[in-house]
Parts: sequence; C-alpha cells; structure tokens
Amino acid sequence: MPSRTPNLCQRCEANKAVMRRPKNLQKLCKECYFHVFETEIHLTIEKEKLFYPGEKVAIGASGGKDSTVLASILKTLNERYNYGVHLVLLSIDEGIVGYRDDSLATVKRNQQQYEMPLEIVSYKDLYNWTMDEIVSCSGVKSSCTYCGVLRRQALDRGAMKLGINHVVTGHNADDMAETVLMNLLRGDTARLESSTNITTKSTGSPIKRSKPFKYCYQKEIVLYAHYKKLDYFSTECTYAPEAFRGTARVLMKNLESVRPSCILDIIYSGEHFKLKQRKKRPGPKKPVTESQETEIRSDGSVSLRNNGNRCEKCGYLSTNKICKACILLQGLELSRAKLNIAAEAVPKVKEDELQHRLQHLSF
Amino acid sequence: MHSVTVKCEFLGGLDVIFGGVRKSECTVAAQEPPTVKDLMYHITETLLVDKKDFDVFVEDGTIRPGILVLINDTDWELEGEDEYVLQDGDVIAFTSTLHGG
Repeated sequence: MPSRTPNLCQRCEANKAVMRRPKNLQKLCKECYFHVFETEIHLTIEKEKLFYPGEKVAIGASGGKDSTVLASILKTLNERYNYGVHLVLLSIDEGIVGYRDDSLATVKRNQQQYEMPLEIVSYKDLYNWTMDEIVSCSGVKSSCTYCGVLRRQALDRGAMKLGINHVVTGHNADDMAETVLMNLLRGDTARLESSTNITTKSTGSPIKRSKPFKYCYQKEIVLYAHYKKLDYFSTECTYAPEAFRGTARVLMKNLESVRPSCILDIIYSGEHFKLKQRKKRPGPKKPVTESQETEIRSDGSVSLRNNGNRCEKCGYLSTNKICKACILLQGLELSRAKLNIAAEAVPKVKEDELQHRLQHLSF
Repeated sequence: MHSVTVKCEFLGGLDVIFGGVRKSECTVAAQEPPTVKDLMYHITETLLVDKKDFDVFVEDGTIRPGILVLINDTDWELEGEDEYVLQDGDVIAFTSTLHGG
C-alpha cells in the first residue's frame, strides 16, 4: 500500500477531504464538493426539463437553509449554463412574531446578495388573519393544518400577482422520503403515487411547483450553506411542529445513520410504486351522469366534477364549491365573532389577561 | 489526568437548548485523552439548561442522528466520529438539521 493521507479527496486526489457524501460515501474536498453538488442539480434540471429560456420563476423563500441554498445555486447555474430564466424571490409572511419577522429580514438580505426582486405576500393581507391570531383562536394543536393550507394558496396567489406560472421550493430528499414514509404509514395511497413527482400541479391551476433539490440530502444542503458561508436563518417555528412528521423525521434520521443511502432508496421506491386501479364501490343510488354527480365529503365540502372550478367565496381555483382555505377561515370567523362579544361584555379586563382567558375557552 | 480546551459552536437552531449560547469554550478533563464523546457529556453537564433536553443532543450514547458535527470544519465522519481525540484549540461545531428549511 502506498502511504497516502487517508482523508484525501477521492475526486481530485490533491486536497484534504472535508466531507463524506451520504449517498455514496465518497470523500470530497470543498471545491470538488461544490462542483459535484452543483452539477448534479444542473443535471436534474436538464433531465427533467424544469425551465425554458425566458421563463419567470419564483423561488419560495423562507430565509431558511433550503430556500437560501436554492436561491444561491439557481443564480449560479442560471449564469453558468445560460438557462435564461428570470428569478424572483417570493416570501410568505404568516404573521408569527419572533419567527417569521426575523426570517423575513434574512430574505431581505438575500434579495440584496443575489440581486433578485422580492415579493412578500402576507396572510394578513390575503385572509385578514395572522397565524398568531389564528393560534390564539384555535389553539396550537391545529396550527400546522391552517398554516399549510393557507401557505399553499398564498404562494399561488403571490405567483399569480407577479404573472409567474412556476414556483420552485427548497424541498430536499429528506423531506420527500419523509413524505413517502408518512403517506405509506397513513395508507394514503392517493398521495403516495404523486409524492415523488419533481413537478406537481393542482388540477385546473395554472401554477406548477418544482423541487430541484429532490435528490439532495439535507446534510449536503447544510454543508453547502456552511462552506459557502450563506446567510440563512435557523430557528424552529414558535408553534409545535406537525407531530406525525416529526416522528417520521426521527425515524428517517435513525435509518440514515445505519444506512445512509436509504433516503434516496425510499424516493426510488416511491417513484416505482404503481397502484392498482381502485374498484368503484357499488352504490345503492342510481347511476348519474358525470356532470350532475356531486359528492358531499365528511367535512361538509361539496365536490364538483369539472376541473377548473372556482371557489364561490374567494374565486380561487378549487375542486370544491368552497375552497379549503375559505372553509377553515369561515370556522375561524365564527370563533372571532364570539371573542368580540366576550370582549365587549367585559371592557374593564386588561387585554392580555383577556387574551389569556380566551385561549382556554373552547368552542 | 488529561485536559484540553476547545471551542464549541451550536448552530442550526441548536442554541435554544443551551440558553441561546452559540459559542462556548469548553475545558474537558478525563483519565484518558478526552474525545468528542467526553466533550458531549461535558456539554450536557455544564451547558444544557433543561436536563429534559438531553435527548435532543444525545441518543444511544452518541450525538443524536440529525445533528451534523464538524471538527475544524471537517465532517466528523472523516475524523473518527465520537472517538476523535480532542486537541487544544479545536473548533467543534454542532449543527441541527432537524429544523425546518
């Protein structure tokens, strides 16, 4: 055996390796790592034909590590390979004091650093509710449900406002494997099949969403941000994370420490699931023609058959008569009305004390 | 008795369990030359604010999976992980990757 430094980069064989890639255990130096990581993302973009020249693309930017690295890398690749895309940062202000206001400050610095236009859409403007108000009304437990539904729509609306039909997000391989695992564990086969698509589109919506980091490990994104000294924000959301996803994440991390390739393996499995066509349940009712058929769901929403429907309340594209965001907001408005009555009834109580008491009320 | 002094960094939101401390100098003493594992227990004994958060940092006697460890800016997987023998002046960075992106 020739005497070699054990931790030499396995690609250039000249510099000291600084990291080991989880997907293939290759040891790389900083420069080779940047090169390999960026090139792999470029190859994914090319293979999937994610962009076309002249396309306007909005980067869903939270100020966190994933979206900051996404903005940095897309800028680099756009210049290096002449994609000819116009990149815009699109941020959602959920209205969470001490969390989103700080991370938005990071996005504003990113705007300068990457010289990209920035658009901020707030829940308050769109829905007349901040997340803080929603949580004080409905409790912490369901915060992720509200936030998820509202954010999805907010990103679409923000993009529409900018005349953009394509939103890219920083979802990485860990996130995707987690989602596959969650859908599998919940038996949510309808979502399972589409959960590994790199590009998704709601029926009837003009806006598509892509995940250029679909095959990128969380670890590699964090290391990229660290070695490139990117300016990102890292604090957990003040409200409890979605419990089930947290459990799935811990499970994933434990699996990864035993078998690092398992994250990509789960995505690979997800990509190759082919679900059996579900049998139509024989119903007692007479067959109706497709256009007349409506389904009343357990949550009270009414589904309409034709796609490209619009919500009767807000005009947003929805497969239901009233979109999910409006259903959630309707419920909240009822609670707020009660809050207001209570506030008028006891005018002398200090506001914070009242808030505190109201949080313990149940409706 | 061996004693070394190293610099620790808690990144990626990990500082919340250490009372917001992001950087700290730690002197670790042990019978054998101290390793990252000794440092880990030293940190949980001296810096951890709420002992209930022990599991956030440690799992099965090592650093919890999902926390990235860099020894002088190099992935600890290349340095022998928690068996790495500390040198005076080393910078050991712990970065949580479990937080949202």
